Amino acid sequence: MIGADAMVKCLEAEGVKAVFGYPGVAICPFYNSILDSKIESILVRTEQNAAHAASGLARVTGGIGVCAVTSGPGATNLITGIATAFADSIPMICITGQVNSELLGSDVFQEADITGAVESFVKYSYLVKDVEDIPRVFKEAFYIATTGRKGPVLIDVPIDVQNAHISGFQYPDQVSLRTYKPTVKGHTQQIKKVIKELTQVKRPIICAGGGVALSKAEKELIRFAEKNQIPVVTTMMGIGVMPTKHPLYFGMVGNNGKPYANRAMNEADLIIMIGARVADRAISQPDLIVDNKTLIHIDVDPAEIGKNVGPNIPLVGDAKHIFAELEKQEYQCNYTEWVETLKEYRKTMEPKREEHKGFVDPAEFITKLSEKMEDHGVYVADVGQNQIWSCGYHIVKKGHFLTSGGMGTMGYSIPAAMGAKYALPDRQVVAVCGDGSFQMSFMELATMRQHGINSKVIVLKNNYLGMVREYQHYTYKDNYSVVDLSGSPDLEMIAKAYDMPFIRLTDMKKADAAIDEFLNCKQACLMECLIDPMDLVK
Amino acid sequence: MKKIYSVLVENRSGVLAKVAGLFSRRCFNIDSLAVGETDDKEISCMTIVSSGNERTIEQIEKQLNKKLDVIKVKTFNEENSVSREMMLMKVKYNSNNRRDIMEICEIMKADIVDMSKNFMIIQVCDLPERIKLFIDMFASISIVEVARTGTLALPKCTENE
Repeated sequence: MIGADAMVKCLEAEGVKAVFGYPGVAICPFYNSILDSKIESILVRTEQNAAHAASGLARVTGGIGVCAVTSGPGATNLITGIATAFADSIPMICITGQVNSELLGSDVFQEADITGAVESFVKYSYLVKDVEDIPRVFKEAFYIATTGRKGPVLIDVPIDVQNAHISGFQYPDQVSLRTYKPTVKGHTQQIKKVIKELTQVKRPIICAGGGVALSKAEKELIRFAEKNQIPVVTTMMGIGVMPTKHPLYFGMVGNNGKPYANRAMNEADLIIMIGARVADRAISQPDLIVDNKTLIHIDVDPAEIGKNVGPNIPLVGDAKHIFAELEKQEYQCNYTEWVETLKEYRKTMEPKREEHKGFVDPAEFITKLSEKMEDHGVYVADVGQNQIWSCGYHIVKKGHFLTSGGMGTMGYSIPAAMGAKYALPDRQVVAVCGDGSFQMSFMELATMRQHGINSKVIVLKNNYLGMVREYQHYTYKDNYSVVDLSGSPDLEMIAKAYDMPFIRLTDMKKADAAIDEFLNCKQACLMECLIDPMDLVK
Repeated sequence: MKKIYSVLVENRSGVLAKVAGLFSRRCFNIDSLAVGETDDKEISCMTIVSSGNERTIEQIEKQLNKKLDVIKVKTFNEENSVSREMMLMKVKYNSNNRRDIMEICEIMKADIVDMSKNFMIIQVCDLPERIKLFIDMFASISIVEVARTGTLALPKCTENE
């Protein structure tokens, strides 16, 4: 057995079903060994999308995504995908081939110091110099990526190590890492403090972030909120942890969030921030959330607590464990009046959008689409105006809402939807992007065709990089610079080129029929919606 | 606020780069950095002197603890630690100032550890501020080059260790 065989055996031992990637000479031993395995290799069309696809798979399965690419440009192309996963704490294993270990540092063909380059975007990285280390390294990598605050781990394996004979393969049962022991259980004393606060305040609110989804604590969150009748708002990464129509859900916070969600945050006397980073887009003025109110900050990563704002009650732990602990406590509380006030705000403060006659209204379209989607459907939003419309108007029932929140990586939706659809072939999976983001990753339509992955793509087309245009509209008084997408291809011809059905929607009149046709289409399908180029997210 | 971090790390290649990279990426200051093996050859000790406001000080410790190659972080102030820095300083001398140099060395408890006809190397090991003072004392004498270790520090002895 050689190192490459051992790498594949490690993936098998971890239950990996698929590897997204792109070969090159330096990773060829691995891709040769994988042919003898049941693990499927999916050939993406550019490396960055291998990471996004792995991210999509990880997020809908609650498992881990794996991608494998070659050295040099293969590895560097992966970096944006790794950084995207890191920003959103998505568990992922990134395997990169490397040049011969004896030539490391001599700038030979396709050599790049990838472990050095990704240092600030990975949870950990390995450069494997001894073939005998492969089982231990893989075991540790999977453990590190999937525990504590999750994230990508990179394993760089020189080609001679992949080809070297390994004496005996044994996949370790457990890891021994003296420096890594994440705290998942909340401190009892701190839990008691939380309860004490709950019995004293009148207007509490839970602000849930992506950490709740990563911890698979959605049910626990809902149970806790319902039992105590505490209203819930979310950050962008938290969208989907609670059904949009749940009576206690009050939308996304932040500068692109719902006005009533922000008002709820402002008027609350207690904020329970859980699995959220207090990042600038969600909380533009961190000091305000501790002004005249109590902040309880719950996170599995102690470094997030106090990073942007000093909480009154810090609580380190995993969301699922914390909710379980909170549920065991006995206490009385009543916030009926507060919930009624918020319901009134929700009813009266829904932003009114200007009409754009002769175009598709993205808000109305997205609401219609999500109503028609299956309850468990997966909706993947890209980045740009389309993302903000999706966050504001997509209705989550029981499915997933995926998007690149922290990094805001354009081009995420098509490959992430592809990874999600690959993992859950029976689910409806729809990517919604703009014409800018579409052109960043539509090469993956080929991957979808090749591997029979029938995720669907909607392009909200306005011939502009809309989000930047909107920014230039406000900040530079319509002095547009480098936002015009003239020269873009005819999407109907693109669909034809990839042998996919195509639907064009020019206004709202035929929206129902078009969405039905799109969702009922058995194969991968492309839909174009013409949006007013001057439409705004606000 | 000045803080000293005594950071025990796995003695592996790349760890120094990771820790230094963390400081630059998060815009934390490094006033001084000294690295060396401990009594256990698998563990290195990095002594980092940094400054910042309370939140930064806390973040530095938390971010260091997050690094998987970091075994333990001890944070302490200058006043409850023993700190030393070593310096080697090469100076050019002549018959006129040789006596002065030797006197300064005697007062400052420095040693002349190497010598040629016109040059000498002085070794001094003292508190970081005394090292600075020593350099100042040589302002009028021509310094050729200087090598400093950076601050080394350990928390003062207590009975409940």
